[in-house]
Parts: sequence; C-alpha cells; structure tokens
Amino acid sequence: MSLSLQITHAQGDFTLDCAFDAPPGITVLFGRSGSGKTTLVNAVAGLLRPQAGRIEIDGRPVFDAARGLFLPPHKRRLGYVFQEGRLFPHLSVRQNLLYGRWFAPKGARREDLSRVVEMLGIGPLLDRRPAALSGGEKQRVAIGRALLASPGLILADEPLAALDEARKSEILPYFERLRGEVPILYVSHSAAEVARLATTVVVLDKGRVVRQGPAAEVLADPSVTPVGARAAGALLEAVVARHHADGLTELDAGGQPLFLPLLRQAPGARLRIRIAAHDVLLSRARPEGLSALNILPGVVHEVRPGEGPGAIVSLDTPAGRMLARVTQRSTQALGLEAGVACHAVIKSVAVAPEDVGG
Amino acid sequence: MDWLGPEEWQAVALSLKVAFWATLLSLPFGVLAAHALARRDFPGKALLNGLIHLPLILPPVVTGYLLLVTFGVRGPVGSLLQPLGIVFAFRWTGAALAAAVMGFPLMVRAIRLSFEAVDPKLEQAAATLGASRLWVFLTVTLPLILPGVLAGAVLAFAKAMGEFGATITFVSNIPGQTQTLPSAIYAFLQVPGGEASALRLVAVSVVLAMGALIASEVLARRVQQRVTGA
Repeated sequence: MSLSLQITHAQGDFTLDCAFDAPPGITVLFGRSGSGKTTLVNAVAGLLRPQAGRIEIDGRPVFDAARGLFLPPHKRRLGYVFQEGRLFPHLSVRQNLLYGRWFAPKGARREDLSRVVEMLGIGPLLDRRPAALSGGEKQRVAIGRALLASPGLILADEPLAALDEARKSEILPYFERLRGEVPILYVSHSAAEVARLATTVVVLDKGRVVRQGPAAEVLADPSVTPVGARAAGALLEAVVARHHADGLTELDAGGQPLFLPLLRQAPGARLRIRIAAHDVLLSRARPEGLSALNILPGVVHEVRPGEGPGAIVSLDTPAGRMLARVTQRSTQALGLEAGVACHAVIKSVAVAPEDVGG
Repeated sequence: MDWLGPEEWQAVALSLKVAFWATLLSLPFGVLAAHALARRDFPGKALLNGLIHLPLILPPVVTGYLLLVTFGVRGPVGSLLQPLGIVFAFRWTGAALAAAVMGFPLMVRAIRLSFEAVDPKLEQAAATLGASRLWVFLTVTLPLILPGVLAGAVLAFAKAMGEFGATITFVSNIPGQTQTLPSAIYAFLQVPGGEASALRLVAVSVVLAMGALIASEVLARRVQQRVTGA
C-alpha cells in the first residue's frame, strides 16, 4: 500500500473520520468543497496533527496517536503540489526545482533534473523567476519541484483549480505520465479529472468516506455524484481498432464498435473514455435512420430518480456500465426499469488519451 | 571633514561607533523578538510587546534612570557584570546600551512587518520538501525579509545616532567618552559662542536622520517586491 490511514479529527462542528488504503497509482479524493479533502491531505503531509488515528506512507508509520508518534512534514519524504503553486518567489525556477533535492537523504533514489525538465517542457524557463511565469507554467514547475524531492508519495490538492480550461488540459497529461511512477494522492471536485486520472477513487462527504474503489466501478455508480447529477458519467475502456479514410477512428469497446473523430493513437492503443450521462439517449427499439453513429445495446441495471424532473439510468452494455441522464417522464413512457433491454445512443465521447494502466 | 572642529568630529565619530555597536548587537534579538511577535502565540505575548515598546513612550530620562539603577556599578546586573570586565556606567558602552534599548522598538516594528508580509504557506511548502524549521528560516523566510531586517537596522542606527535623554541620564556627557552628537549639541548651546558648532552638528543630524528614513522606506518596499517576486 502506498498510503494507509485511519484518522479522526474534529474542528469546530466539522468532524473528519476517515479510513482507507491507497494502492499504487493515482488515488483521487473526490468530493465537494467542505467535505474534508484538504484537511485529510494536510494530515498526511503533517501540516495538521489529527486528534486520533494512524497514517502509514509507503509502509512507514508517520503518525500514530496511540504511540504518540508524529513525524513533522520535513521527515515524511513527500512532494506536495499546492493549488496556488507556492513557488519560492526569491529563487529561480531551477533553484525552486532543486530545493527538495537539497534535503533528500543522501542514499535516496535521485530523480534526474534533465529528465524531469524535459518531461514537463520547462527547459526554457529554468533561469526565470516564478513571477514571470504563467499559471500553467507555475504548476508545471510545482509538479517538477515535488517530483525532484524524490518523494515516496506526491500530494496534489486541486492543482488545476486555479487554471482555465486550456491550461487544465495542458497540465493533465503530466499527471497521467506520473501515474506509473510515483503514488499520488490527488484532491479534486471535478468528475472529468477523476475520470482521466484516477486508478482508485475515494469519495468523501461531510468528512466521511462514502465510497471507494477502482475508478470505473465508482464512477458507474449513480449514487456517487458528489458534485451533482450534471457531472455524472461512466468510464469505459476501449482499444483503437482502425482509422478510417473519412476522418473517423473506430474503437473496440468490449466487442462493440465506437466511432470518434480521428485520434492520434495507433491501432492497438488502450484508451480510457468518459461518457457523460447527459450525452446519452435511451431507446427501447434499436433506432433507425439516426445520425448518431454510436449505438450500444444494453440492459437497465437501475433507475434512480433525481430531485428534479430528471433520473439517472444505469445500464450494462458489452462495453461496460454506462449512465444516462433522462427525464422521469421518459423513464415512465419507455417503461424503463431494472432488467429491461434498451439501446444507448451516444452523442459525443470524451477521450483521455492515455492507456488505462496504473 | 575639515569643516568640523576636532571636538565636533570627536562627537560624530563617537556617535557612529555607539550606533554601530548598538545596532549590530541588538539585531539578532530584534529578529527573534519580531519573529515571536509575528509568528508565535505564547502566554505573556502582550507583556513582551509592551516591554519592547515601552522606551518609545516612557520619558527617555526614566529609561536612562532605570538603566542606571539596573546596569550601574551597584545595580543588580551591573554588579554581576563588573567582575567580568563589562562596565556600562559612564562609558561609551553604556551609551551603546542606552541607544540599543531606545532603538529596539523601531527595529522590531520594521522586522515584524516584513515577517507578516511573508506567506506562511511558502514556509509550509518548504517543510513538505524536506526542510527543517531552521532551514526553512534560513532559505525561505530570511531571504524574503532581508530588506526588512536592513530597514529595521537603519532605523535603529539613526535613532541611536540621535539618542539623548536616556544616554545623558545613564552615562552623563563626558567629551570623548560619552559625549555623543546630541549631547555635544546640547553642550555647545550651553556655552557662549557655541552656536556655530551646534549648528554644524545639527546639519549632520538632519542629513543622517533623513537619509535613514528614506533608506528604510526603500528597503521596506523591497520586501513587498521580494515576497511577490516582482
């Protein structure tokens, strides 16, 4: 386990009471603001001392209330990527990057500066001061700084929240590349980020873990919508089958063909694709004469009415569990209930261009 | 400095020496006190704050008298230090002590403001990267507040150059020994025909004080630039 914890901490009338084990890869702490995500990450970092419990990083106990053990942050061998970057303003980018390495124990695995600089594309920035960097550049340097401390675990507290959409998609691939290298505890309230990054998802609500498990499994559960039904969506795995001459790429998702605008991945590449619930239509009969190319047969698993006029229908297809957001009027008109066969019509597909791996 | 007479020059030189040592030796304590006031919570914090600022408000003659009572040859601290060869009473060292005490509040204030301008989140970031408290201070906090520390030192130095009331009460007005610049001005004004000398020293005082104020303003602005990295 890269991280194993069980902590209790009360702050005013808010109580954090959590326990989970994070396997290698990216573990995303998912929940709305105020659910205790940052408190939990700060406890792991040692910036906050919980009232009770224990924390183990990489098999090493760093906090154990029963034994009175509390390692200060600088002895925990971490890399923390903060929301606001927190680069040292008086140091150059190069000095910022090397700051952590200076304190790493002598025998520790040494991350190579030139490799990290190349991976993050920050070579031209090395001699600049942080104030001269854009938001996206700052976060890339912050990721590099955390990585170069050769940490046993990287903490990332909503590292993309302060960036606009374009900058977000600039940074996301770097985290995807890290997925196989260092265990990461990543805080987010964005379903899209969870879908793209998470190996494991831990859903927090009001200071408690309400659900945890592999990303595809947790996201396909319509009850897990900490940020509202609008953000619901399922995660499917697919393999690039072939590229067509008319500018489409055909994917194979559990034997079902899916057509997407041309992708750059070569045939055989494994993809993780997220299909938002509001991009899925349902039809009892196989629809004919429809412009949509992607139609998957399935069986309704569950119909979950929302608070408004909508409902989330989860259905099992050969490609995996999918979610569709439709009106309750439609579920009644179509007679949708568990066990009923129907077809999912997919309007558009969002692709996370990396293998699922991790 | 031909335009200063030997007596006048002696007073300026003594003042420079007194102010230099007063500033240098109080600086570490100033940084410690400013750090405690800006960053720590402890019982008696208000009392410490009051004690540090007291010389700013008390009549200087009271501060000088209290120093005399405490650090005089028969005072509780003075009598302990005398066997070690450290004597303050009626020596330039006493003038330096009086100047240090009187300049301390100004110094602490400037340094404290620069501590408060440094975001503790930067220090947390340094800690998560493996820096112990001491290293965080040396590699992040201190470089960021350095202009503020200098600003505090400049202010304290200027204050020390001009300290009069506490100095004359504590160590009297002995030419060459404890007659600092303001004491000399005072002495010149007491004798007929001394106005010209007094006036020249007044000019020196005004230039030094003005220069110090401008320098500390500029340095304080540098802190702001440093913490924002601009």
